[in-house]
Amino acid sequence: MALGPSAPARRLLDDNRRTLVMVWIMAIMIFLTVLAAGLGLGTVHAATSLDNELAGRLTVQVVEADTAARDAATAAILDRLEGFPGVKRVEQVPPERLNALLKPWLGEAGLDADLPMPTMIDVDLSDASDAMVARISAIARQASDHAVVDRHATWLSPVRDFLTTLMLLALALIILMLIATGAVVLLAARTGLDTHRDTIEVLHMLGSTDIQVARLFQRRIALETLIGGVIGTLAALALCWFLQMRLALLGSGAISGMVLEPRDWLILAAIPFLFALLAMLAARLSVQRALGRTL
Amino acid sequence: MANIVQFENVGLRYGTGPETLSDVSFTLAAGAFYFLTGASGAGKTSLLKLLYLARRPTRGVIRLFGEDAVTLPRKRLPGFRRRIGVVFQDFRLVPHLSAYDNIALPLRIAGMPESEIEAPVREMLAWVGLTERGRAKPPTLSGGEQQRIAIARAVIGRPEILVADEPTGNVDPAMAERLLHLFESLNRLGTTIVVATHDFHLINRVGHAQMMRLDNGRISDPTGLLRHPPRRVEE
Ligand SMILES: Nc1ncnc2c1ncn2[C@@H]1O[C@H](COP(=O)(O)OP(=O)(O)O)[C@@H](O)[C@H]1O
Ligand SMILES: [Mg+2]
Repeated sequence: MALGPSAPARRLLDDNRRTLVMVWIMAIMIFLTVLAAGLGLGTVHAATSLDNELAGRLTVQVVEADTAARDAATAAILDRLEGFPGVKRVEQVPPERLNALLKPWLGEAGLDADLPMPTMIDVDLSDASDAMVARISAIARQASDHAVVDRHATWLSPVRDFLTTLMLLALALIILMLIATGAVVLLAARTGLDTHRDTIEVLHMLGSTDIQVARLFQRRIALETLIGGVIGTLAALALCWFLQMRLALLGSGAISGMVLEPRDWLILAAIPFLFALLAMLAARLSVQRALGRTL
Repeated sequence: MANIVQFENVGLRYGTGPETLSDVSFTLAAGAFYFLTGASGAGKTSLLKLLYLARRPTRGVIRLFGEDAVTLPRKRLPGFRRRIGVVFQDFRLVPHLSAYDNIALPLRIAGMPESEIEAPVREMLAWVGLTERGRAKPPTLSGGEQQRIAIARAVIGRPEILVADEPTGNVDPAMAERLLHLFESLNRLGTTIVVATHDFHLINRVGHAQMMRLDNGRISDPTGLLRHPPRRVEE
């Protein structure tokens, strides 16, 4: 059908001022969406690296009243695990740090030299599989019946909680933006139908199908979304890149996991195209539905 | 096909008002030339709107091209409308399209490739004497010029029926005659022509034309005035 992508077809609906408004609204909305998506993806990476880190970390506790037996068992465990394949680092938690950890619970008085204190050994694994954890447990149990292996539960980390909150927030923002964009498109389509009522009536009288008319709108709205989307996305990507540079300077903690990988940049760059596609479908549906109510 | 249009006891009511058209019955033969006359407000435009499928009647039967046009599903309307050329009383040109693009519109809608559009559009512009005005936008054209563009747009698709609602209202007598010749040559090519007008001078120029007269929304047969009244459908 030759109301196709020709110049005359584009001229059929002429309203340049409205187009400019649409482009800017779309630019702002897609800027925010890309930013939220960037935050979301960065947070996913941070969470993943934190999970890996926590999953590879164990604590072996030796809880024994007899301090001599306790220290012997501790030494034996340290000895066995040192250089054990899959173990990255083994280190006994210094008693002072243990005291500092327990002080809030026991108070100054509780830290009595007579009080049997457990020893703790931090173990970092390069292989965090269940089998590996079982092997470490077996070694510890061999050294002492009172050795307990604690796997650091990922959900215990408050940082991890915060990251989850951030991810959900980013997701919610993206969904809100999608809904808002859909609403803007429906509004634009409806306003367009109103503005061009006379032209559309003439087109119908000359034998245009609803699909032909809808196509005029959907092409225009998709194009406006795409142009605005590209502007917004470029701005958001520039901002993401700037934030990455700043993060790199901080260079520590869970936040350092928030780097965007090449694949992430591609996903972010695809967002305006996704939005343009959605805008096109929304425009098509709303125009066809509105026209279906006329003769 | 003998009858291209058939109206049977057609009535039309706008909203809850009185009937604008009542008991309208007639048939139009394919390839004939018809004038529709009647005082202003008699219902000529309303009748033509039913004919070119801009409205559905409130009662009665309308058959177009041998098919029931009253219950025609919406999806089939475009196909029917492409077979009918319309010169609207108020022209209905698209104001932001050039004269050229307005005339080309039916061909583009019908899906004709761009390369095949220029020649017929140029030919139509020449036919209505507006070769020089192809790039002009309708608001910059005079009423008569707009009317000629509207006629060019109505006939360019070689419709089976041409419906013209007072198509010579805004042009001088010489141009009116020229446009009438245009309709006649189209008629000779087989197009059924229906022209609403109260210009009796014009009507008298087409010897073989038949005439229908509307009075207060009814087809009337006043003695003496009618030449070749179209055959009424007998119930
Ligand atoms: N859209 C409309 N809504 C309500 N009344 C209308 C409408 N169009 C026409 N009419 C009425 O129908 C009658 C016939 O009008 P019309 O068909 O335009 O007559 P004509 O073309 O012969 O002058 C007039 O009384 C007019 O007021
Ligand atoms: Mg009229």
